[in-house]
Amino acid sequence: MAKRPGQKEKTPRQAMPEQPADVRKHNFEEVPTGYTIELAQAEASRCLQCKKPSCVAGCPVSVDIPGFISLITMGDFTGAIRNLWSKNALPAVCGRVCPQEIQCEGRCILARKGEAVAVGNLERFAADYERAYGSGALPPKAPATGKRVAVVGSGPSGLTVAGDLIAKGHEVTILEAFHKPGGVLVYGIPEFRLPKEIVAQEVNFLERQGVNLECNQVVGRTMTLDELFEQNFDAVYLGVGAGLPRFMNIPGENLIGILSANEYLTRANLMKAYKYPEVDTPIPIGKSVCVLGAGNVAMDAARTAMRLGADNVRIVYRRSEDEMPARKAEIHHAREEGIEFHLLTNPINYIGDEIGRLTGMECLKMELGEPDESGRRRPVPIEGSAFLIACDLVIVAVGSGANPLLTQSTPDLTLNQWGYISADPETGKTTKRGVWAGGDIVTGAATVILAMGAGRKAADSIHDYLTWGW
Amino acid sequence: MFKIVRREEMAQGTVILNEIEAPLIAKKANPGQFVILKAHEDGERIPLTMADTDPEKGTITIIYMVVGKSTAHFRDLAVGDAYQDVIGPLGKATHIENVGKVVCVGGGTGVAVLHPITRAMKAAGNDVTCIIGARTKELLILEEQMKSASHDLRICTDDGSYGRKGFVTEALKEVLDDETVNQVVAIGPVPMMKFVSKLTKEYKVPTMVSLNPIMVDGTGMCGGCRVTVGNKTRFACVDGPEFDGHLVDYDELMLRLQAYGKEEKECYEEYCTLRDA
Ligand SMILES: Cc1cc2nc3c(=O)[nH]c(=O)nc-3n(C[C@H](O)[C@H](O)[C@H](O)COP(=O)(O)OP(=O)(O)OC[C@H]3O[C@@H](n4cnc5c(N)ncnc54)[C@H](O)[C@@H]3O)c2cc1C
Ligand code: SF4
Ligand code: FES
Repeated sequence: MAKRPGQKEKTPRQAMPEQPADVRKHNFEEVPTGYTIELAQAEASRCLQCKKPSCVAGCPVSVDIPGFISLITMGDFTGAIRNLWSKNALPAVCGRVCPQEIQCEGRCILARKGEAVAVGNLERFAADYERAYGSGALPPKAPATGKRVAVVGSGPSGLTVAGDLIAKGHEVTILEAFHKPGGVLVYGIPEFRLPKEIVAQEVNFLERQGVNLECNQVVGRTMTLDELFEQNFDAVYLGVGAGLPRFMNIPGENLIGILSANEYLTRANLMKAYKYPEVDTPIPIGKSVCVLGAGNVAMDAARTAMRLGADNVRIVYRRSEDEMPARKAEIHHAREEGIEFHLLTNPINYIGDEIGRLTGMECLKMELGEPDESGRRRPVPIEGSAFLIACDLVIVAVGSGANPLLTQSTPDLTLNQWGYISADPETGKTTKRGVWAGGDIVTGAATVILAMGAGRKAADSIHDYLTWGW
Repeated sequence: MFKIVRREEMAQGTVILNEIEAPLIAKKANPGQFVILKAHEDGERIPLTMADTDPEKGTITIIYMVVGKSTAHFRDLAVGDAYQDVIGPLGKATHIENVGKVVCVGGGTGVAVLHPITRAMKAAGNDVTCIIGARTKELLILEEQMKSASHDLRICTDDGSYGRKGFVTEALKEVLDDETVNQVVAIGPVPMMKFVSKLTKEYKVPTMVSLNPIMVDGTGMCGGCRVTVGNKTRFACVDGPEFDGHLVDYDELMLRLQAYGKEEKECYEEYCTLRDA
């Protein structure tokens, strides 16, 4: 492109430094290493500071994107993080895991002609800078109201509610079923994508503000929802996630060597089984691994299997490239690490040996037919196309459903036809007085930022209730 | 932290009893339910069905056999030490009802799980016969407790060193031949439950078994505990752990319990070598 006189040299989108693929596929350290100050400021300078920024409209929590970016350009990193916090309690997480290409960055005006401003990378930079050099000062807290709120589940949506309500002067207790807080951020998303240290610091930050965290509390078992009210909680927020693994329901599914992604990733992440035998929890080590599905969960499972020493890892997906729901960056990283993609392929049968161990998987080739109710073209099997993939480990990552453990013990909560909790999308109010819900248990498996957005709306509504009534 | 307030060794030190402070769980638990325990930061989550609870004192009791690295860690905990995590009560409680004549059959550490169920069956007004077995006399546990929990206790050892020689199934067959039995509860090693169920099926006596597959969370979110019951996949941690014994696919369960056989053994050996060094 010819340069007009006086036009500034165009800065290209600053690449994120990262571990080379052939190194990182053997370790569990974080893949992108983060912008330096120079890279961050060069990238920030690309922002056009649009008067009507469409990126902000693309962000589910309306982060003031031009605002925090201009603060980075000016070198006011503390100002940048303050600005981010006003909309987003977990910027270090969102900068790393948001599907930016369909949210903020997808709407960036620069994306139309070239490459969008790297909003996610900048968000991560501001948050990481604060963690490394910030004062760690606690945000101001309103005078105590004497009201008590129980937050069930410590995933991103529960953490957001806890943070918002503690700042408003309420007493907050988080009840978490697992022995560690963080929800999917600790049991699902691997260390190489989201270091657990970051989640631990965010939780610690809440505890320093006075949030009371109680792990090993399975609401619905250790105590019921109604018993929480008997314990004098004034309001309850349910952010229990979509923890019910879906399987394919095809023959041979209970052979040894077939695991849900939930189980595989929980062993690897929450139980740190990638360090086995240094830790006590084992994880199956596959030589030839197939992962069913093509979302973020599937990419995480595939890349974990590669790091645990597989000879080959295949993503097996019944639709085509365009429909793969994972973040672009994850698909790109997976490819770089040598994961193979078997698209338009659908398993129909597992095969095992006489001691019940998986040896292979029979699949059909698919082709795309007419669009279905989701608007995506429906995959239909090609007749006579059955073939065998030899494999010793299959990880099933074809989605999740609503875990009924809590809802079954609370008959007066209205559920939708799939078992998710019915809640007002604007307030998070459920049909039960004093009970709010949000995140994956309302929407079905979605994203971190949507779970946080729901948490923020519910926190506002809970605060109103505690101040004015239902 | 969940402090151990009492510790006993049984069956020549191969079986350990721990009474643990866990007031919330003690208050809520019913016979047949289990807890998940983790000894320390890098420990494994191990499911164990509770052998007893004391809501007043705020304690639960577990009885386990030392079989691998994690239970070996448990064994090394003394009175005053603590488990880092105890989660529960999990699973469904046993359905206890006055049905008339109940036979409770237990083998190995299964007897520990059977004890509160037997007691509850008796308290509900049932006439309870109890049959417990072990390989040899020294490995038999809870004889006194089972005696007082039931109306009639029969003991079997494989080698004939105590009670009658032979398997619990033989003693059970005698009872089934002699009397009308309305319900059998069988808890023990998988092969024992399999053969008890086979026998009671012939006699058409409803039989309940308690399954112990490999688990991770115990709340239905991982599916690691899948068992096939009546040709349907069920999650033992939420749908069980008790199931209709006549419908369980025991062979599949036995294979699945071996999923980490090799790793477990290596890890245990390494632990023993390190500990003895
Ligand atoms: C492997 C994986 C990768 C993902 N990658 C991405 C990504 O890159 N980007 C993105 O935006 N999203 C991603 N997601 C989705 C995202 O993580 C979820 O949408 C989000 O975490 C939902 O938040 P939540 O707070 O609703 O629930 P969760 O994070 O699921 O947290 C729920 C918490 O509640 C606890 N709980 C459940 N039942 C009970 C109970 N009865 N009592 C007490 N506690 C209970 C659970 O143990 C859990 O800790 C991913 C999900 C997975 C599984
Ligand atoms: S929260 Fe997510 S969508 Fe919003 S600006 Fe940050 S990265 Fe973009
Ligand atoms: S132990 Fe995970 S679902 Fe049962």
